[in-house]
Amino acid sequence: MNSRKHSPIFNFFASVRLTVTVLLTLAATSVFGTVIPQNQNMDAYLHTYGRNLYRLFSVLDMFDMYHSWWFQLLLTLLAINIIVCSLERMPAAWKIVVKPPVFNPSRFSNAAFQRQVAIFSLDAARPVLEKALSRSIGRTRFEQTSQGYWLWSEKGRWTRMGVYIVHLSVVFLLAGGLIGSFWGFDGAVNIPEGESVKSVRVSNSGKSIPLDFEVRCDKFSVSFYDSGAPSEYRSTLTILEKGVPVLTRDVIVNDPLRYKGVNLFQSSYGSLPSQNLVLSFTSRATGMEYREKIAPGQTVSIPEGLGSFTITAFNKDYQYKGHEIGDAFVGMLTPPAGSPVEVVLPVKFPSFDKMRKGDVVVAIDETETRYYTGLQVTSDPGVWVVYSGFLLMIAGCIVTFFMSHQQVCIEVRMDEKIGGAVIRGIANKNKIGIQNKIDAVASAAAAIESKNKK
Amino acid sequence: MNSSGILSVVTFVYGFAAFLYLVSWIFKKPEPGRLGTWVVFAGLLGNVTGIAMRWMESYKLGYGHAPLSNLYESLVFFAATLAAVYLVIEKKYGNRIIGAFTMPFPFLAMAYASLSPNISDRIQPLLPALKSNWLIAHVVACFIGYAAFAVSFGLSIMYLIKDKDAEGKSRLLERFPKTGVLDELNHQMVMFGFLFLSAGIITGAVWANSAWGRYWGWDPKETWSLITWFIYATLLHARLMRGWHGRRIAYLSAAGFAAVLFTYFGVNLLPGLHSYGAMGQ
Repeated sequence: MNSRKHSPIFNFFASVRLTVTVLLTLAATSVFGTVIPQNQNMDAYLHTYGRNLYRLFSVLDMFDMYHSWWFQLLLTLLAINIIVCSLERMPAAWKIVVKPPVFNPSRFSNAAFQRQVAIFSLDAARPVLEKALSRSIGRTRFEQTSQGYWLWSEKGRWTRMGVYIVHLSVVFLLAGGLIGSFWGFDGAVNIPEGESVKSVRVSNSGKSIPLDFEVRCDKFSVSFYDSGAPSEYRSTLTILEKGVPVLTRDVIVNDPLRYKGVNLFQSSYGSLPSQNLVLSFTSRATGMEYREKIAPGQTVSIPEGLGSFTITAFNKDYQYKGHEIGDAFVGMLTPPAGSPVEVVLPVKFPSFDKMRKGDVVVAIDETETRYYTGLQVTSDPGVWVVYSGFLLMIAGCIVTFFMSHQQVCIEVRMDEKIGGAVIRGIANKNKIGIQNKIDAVASAAAAIESKNKK
Repeated sequence: MNSSGILSVVTFVYGFAAFLYLVSWIFKKPEPGRLGTWVVFAGLLGNVTGIAMRWMESYKLGYGHAPLSNLYESLVFFAATLAAVYLVIEKKYGNRIIGAFTMPFPFLAMAYASLSPNISDRIQPLLPALKSNWLIAHVVACFIGYAAFAVSFGLSIMYLIKDKDAEGKSRLLERFPKTGVLDELNHQMVMFGFLFLSAGIITGAVWANSAWGRYWGWDPKETWSLITWFIYATLLHARLMRGWHGRRIAYLSAAGFAAVLFTYFGVNLLPGLHSYGAMGQ
């Protein structure tokens, strides 16, 4: 490293000490956000942590720490560090990659790994050694010397770029994330069956943003396994452009609908009050049953002068004396004399109102379950940058960890009574790999040479 | 016998193998070690058979999914990966003492899966969020990574023990691999694990983007996998660029494995979306 050439600031950002510090700080601080629930409401935090801890945590942005200025600063430091380190070191590596290979015997003189093979004839050995060398490394070069010759081969020069591919991939990931946070959104919308929406509510700000098109939920269905666990949530969605349907498709979990850069994901569902309800009113005095159509908010009068009935509310998880009874309509029964009474009409238990022992028993006779589908709506123009980063990272890791620039040279000479070939190898990393290569060349050469001798 | 039955037997086969390697090391007899290799092999065979049978059983029940969907199934797969990784190392390096420090892991994983009252071995249908082609790729990549890190942890322990006895006084440590070999092998395992951890995080992110509409959401499981990634990334940089070796690398590797364990088990105690791996599932 030529650290004298650069300013102290450059050297600070180019140091691996900074890399280690930032990585370990990121690891340590990330723990907080997994222990402190993120993005809850203030009351929940006050209740859990008390006033003092709450103040401390909110000053430190602990309740949304992964988006806090200091966490973003750490990520920025990491990005600068990666870029500066790579710029500092890559040119030298690049030079080695692109420069025409020149054979320099002195570079092998103190190679850590070498093997010797006996040779009986210089000329007969040459094709044997060349074959063994090119099989395990690659194209072989030949150079004559006074006492014999050199054979030399190399491969994987380009693998010196592997680590920069990994670094580039991290830059891609961070850049993709940045693009998404500037130009993307993450929203949610509930669409009742048969209705459509033109805008969605953004999750973190609560603001409503318009879509370029309209989304209609034609149908929602949920299916269950025998055990009662949910098996599939399915929404049939239609995209409308200027009121004209252009696309109809089913959306299930793990299979979103993507249209014009906007993704619609199945994320939740719920039931809605039925718009068409038929109630039955059974008079206790006469035993007669009267059926009346009613809609939420509407009032009907009950025959036999038993008063009037209004649907006042719909409750999704009605609690009756501490018991959950599921979807329930709530109505107000106004008798001809006396004060109005509240009547609960659970959808699942039609004879529930008998318990009240009133003059008239109200029950739901006909209802239809009506669902709304809960969709997650997102747009993230950075996602392809991130995915490119993913591919680069995997490719870069494979190159960096498991490949290396390997060079093997064989020195063949016949200066004494017995000839010999010395096989030497060097590699920029993965020393075990080069050792195996040398062993392979040596044993292949020895095997063929001994066969030739016979 | 059904798959759960076979897998309970496999637990004891792995335990027996670990015991044989220990005996072979402590009493300096090669025979138990050689037998140990065959016992691991038998255990792995049973383990893989158990997984295959469980897969078929899930089809018979009408659920039809790869047995990688809950804590029990992931532990069973983890054990198989560990045993396989160990056998490869034994073949390559020919040192069976490593078995004494590695084979306890698949035994413990299987024992926890089979014997813990909190873990159900029932085959359950897949929840809608798990119905994805990414399930297999994601879980397989993660657990190959975890297995490599577990082996790396075992090697780090061996390194720290061997390194204490620099003069070579202890007769027990005579046949230990040299510290240089342990260090190098540890590094190999970390690189291997790091690649698969990265692949696991990436497949998880792509899956999350198709199920939840975002590739990253700082869910505790995601965050902890990233914490693990940071620790091993630190190790790789410290070693390659700052020349850290030996003890410091061994400690970092141990810290990384602690993060792996927390990502795997500890996160279930925290609230989040990855509840499939939780107890009682």
